Amino acid sequence: MKWKTEDGGWSPYLAGSLVGLLAIASVYATTLWLGKTSYLGASTTFVRAAGLLERTVAPGRVEANEYFTKEKVRVDWQFMLVGGILIGALIASATDRSFKLESVPPTWEKRFGPSVGKRAAGAFLGGIVAMVGARLADGCPSGHGLSGMMQLSVSSFVALVMFFSVGVFIAALVYGRRSS
Amino acid sequence: MNADQLLGLITGVLFGFLLQKGRVLRFEKQVGAMLLKDMTIFKFMLSAILVGMVGITLLTEAGFVTLSHKSMNLGAVLLGGALFGAGWSVMGYCPGTSVGALGEGRWHAVFAILGMVAGAALYAELYPFFKLTVIAWKDFGKIGLPEALSVSPWVIIPFFWAGTIFLFLWFERKGL
Repeated sequence: MKWKTEDGGWSPYLAGSLVGLLAIASVYATTLWLGKTSYLGASTTFVRAAGLLERTVAPGRVEANEYFTKEKVRVDWQFMLVGGILIGALIASATDRSFKLESVPPTWEKRFGPSVGKRAAGAFLGGIVAMVGARLADGCPSGHGLSGMMQLSVSSFVALVMFFSVGVFIAALVYGRRSS
Repeated sequence: MNADQLLGLITGVLFGFLLQKGRVLRFEKQVGAMLLKDMTIFKFMLSAILVGMVGITLLTEAGFVTLSHKSMNLGAVLLGGALFGAGWSVMGYCPGTSVGALGEGRWHAVFAILGMVAGAALYAELYPFFKLTVIAWKDFGKIGLPEALSVSPWVIIPFFWAGTIFLFLWFERKGL
């Protein structure tokens, strides 16, 4: 087994195992220092970001909203974690020269052409549907996929099967059969 | 910045670094898995789960940490999971990888991030409706597989390891 990929990346088995160690260290550290066990996750941060943005234009609406009240609109541990992902990815890609400006990914371009507008619309609409789903299911591939599976949560097994099976089905419809 | 935020930031930087090194942030890798052409994201995710489940089970049994299961709410997990899967395949990112993809220069992830923020605001508006309908249907509560099957986690973990390693060998043989 190779530990490095041709483009200077790490084997997904190696990088993934290290994320497993990070997850263990993280639950321990949050329990020890913050007094509450926190698991890696990402999607609740989008609720808080939406609340923070909405608060600048309609503060009353955010105050009165049951869901924003439940999830607490503030910059918390997970919010900074999500921000940190951007910085970490920037450092990793800048140091091994895999940083690349990309406006339309190849698989998308093969099916929908080089239009940035089409890609933007697809990403935006897909984002809306995915986030409504993630909040309803109470997690995304981080919260359910990683953290929930590590805890052997029943809901995470079901969520992950749904994420992937519907993903496969819709991807086949959207991107069609690629010529191999 | 308080201690919560600082710890979150440090954890996030390390997480983002490893996600990028594992090359799982890319649209091509995410959609590649859904087109059953490239299983990189599964190799990464399942490796993390194999390691993490052992450590977290040990820490829980030693009383150092507490588990935090998400509720097995049938309607919410099934419908929410399906909506997520559909959106994920078109967007080509999940919430965590979208910000990482932006960090490695794939700037079209901005539209995915904006869409997800809009989706979160929409969910906040729809929440009262979901609470009375989909969420109200059937809730099995915050359960783990060991309680559901009435066995020790140490009975489940070896099976999970064996099944996953078998899957990895199959991916490698098929060149996925």
